[in-house]
Amino acid sequence: MTVDDDTVRRIAHLARIKIEDSDVAGLRSELSGILDWVEQLNEVDTDGVEPMTRVAAHKLKKRKDVVTDGEMADVVVKNAPFSEDNYYVVPKVIE
Amino acid sequence: MAELTGLTLSEARQKLRNKDIKAQELTDAFLKEIEAANPDLNAFVAVTAEKAMAQAKEADARLQKGEARDLEGLPIGHKDLYCTEGVTTTACSNILSNFVPGYESTVGANLWGQGAVMLGKLNNDEFAMGSSNESSSHGPVVSPWRRNGKDGTPSDDKLVPGGSSGGSSAAVAADLCLAATATDTGGSIRQPAALTGTVGIKPTYGRCSRWGIVAYASSLDQAGPVARTVEDAAILLGVMAGHDDKDSTSVDMPVPDYSAALGKGVKGLKVGVPEEYRVEGLSDEVDQLWQQGIAWLKDAGAEIKTISLPHTKYALPAYYIVAPAEASSNLARYDGVRYGVRVPGNDIIDTYEKTRQAGFGDEVKRRIMIGTYVLSAGYYDAYYLKAQKVRTLIKQDFDNAWDDVDVVLTPTTPNPAFAFGEKTGDPLEMYLEDIFTVTVNMAGLPGISVPAGLSSQGTPLGLQLIGKPFDETTLFQAGEVLEKAAGPVRVASKWWHGT
Repeated sequence: MTVDDDTVRRIAHLARIKIEDSDVAGLRSELSGILDWVEQLNEVDTDGVEPMTRVAAHKLKKRKDVVTDGEMADVVVKNAPFSEDNYYVVPKVIE
Repeated sequence: MAELTGLTLSEARQKLRNKDIKAQELTDAFLKEIEAANPDLNAFVAVTAEKAMAQAKEADARLQKGEARDLEGLPIGHKDLYCTEGVTTTACSNILSNFVPGYESTVGANLWGQGAVMLGKLNNDEFAMGSSNESSSHGPVVSPWRRNGKDGTPSDDKLVPGGSSGGSSAAVAADLCLAATATDTGGSIRQPAALTGTVGIKPTYGRCSRWGIVAYASSLDQAGPVARTVEDAAILLGVMAGHDDKDSTSVDMPVPDYSAALGKGVKGLKVGVPEEYRVEGLSDEVDQLWQQGIAWLKDAGAEIKTISLPHTKYALPAYYIVAPAEASSNLARYDGVRYGVRVPGNDIIDTYEKTRQAGFGDEVKRRIMIGTYVLSAGYYDAYYLKAQKVRTLIKQDFDNAWDDVDVVLTPTTPNPAFAFGEKTGDPLEMYLEDIFTVTVNMAGLPGISVPAGLSSQGTPLGLQLIGKPFDETTLFQAGEVLEKAAGPVRVASKWWHGT
């Protein structure tokens, strides 16, 4: 699969990574190279094969749906670049 | 000093318990070695000397009182992918350059809870994405190993220590710590161990808790140790492993006494040798070493069987769909809002995009973009679902093999250590480093790399043993036989001391 410049820009935007015009050509060739290489999976007959969802057959444990942790908002926001009164601060979002 | 830092973990433990040495003396010896070596090797990204000496002091008090825990007073290095309470944890990414966790990873807590001493945080590829440690925001790690040069003098070429756990492998090989923690998503414990003459084990998926370890690809990531000997790796894994309520994929099964299983040999053990691992690009000397490994196990009483793992060649391309897909989703959390570095933009989207442009390195961006693409509308079935089906087939190959054999023997890497820049030009060439290790992650199995000899260039090579799910015990038993047959593989010259 070869991707074009527009696709590179679209993927970067979906991934929320800003790219410069000068980045596009390099990314196009690298991403195309990788996507070309994974095409070899099409040689494998996977008809009727279940996709893997877990490597071990173990059942996930369940616990009671109760609060076991919390009351530490200050610790949670401690690493935020900007916070105020234990809230995260972001640029104004207008829909 | 040199004799203290050259001890194995097991020897150091014995000396501490016999009161021949003190934990503070041992810790101080390692801190001095790090100070001398790190400007050249760059294995540690942070040294936590004060914390280490405080832990060592407590260890000495406990040793004195005869209340020593499993790892009392043993200084180890800690991969910077593990969150450490109050100690900066960067995952070797600029985006986390200022991140100070308010909590400790479960595996880390297990180690410190048994008295281990943390010397500092070890370098790795950014977010554990890489096979050479060249993608770290802290700069690459230099392997303590050097190639033979002309006229019998070592070459000055800087070699990679493997990756992503390159700080771990280099620090252990260079005697900067007794052992180190590491993580393995596609080979990141075993490949660096092979390239530095150290022992590395990736346990079965679910054996160790992933809680508090910076996530790369959650269905593949596992914690494990890098150590000087198989015995040391067994001791450490015994402490690292176990169920954790905070990671529902960690398995609630008792952890066996791995050390007790050592020395039992391989008599009657059925060892599979997979035809499909004789790939194009496998160097002659690696192939010869593989044959040598087969002979060693046979001489020790194992039964060798040729087996077939027909989907081997598809493991790597399937990995490069599954791992980036999971990475793109895991790394969505780095948005400059809750933690890490923010680059302000015109609005919230612009802020996200600028933050991630500045914060992530090239390889991380590449993998996020591949992951975003294969998960995007219209492509999910063709890529992600297809790769997950191939993954089922890879696991079935192994399930079939376990009808005939107890363990599988392969090389760990197709080639010995390479020099800086040799494989950074083409991402695919770097990806091929993991061709023999990645199958193990895809199938969720345990795998160990054991040093098996030196290449013609004088650099280490490793052999890999792959085991049945949760049968790490057999890997330690068989690994020990290979280790004994191969003899010690140690760095010849500590050139960073100017010798």
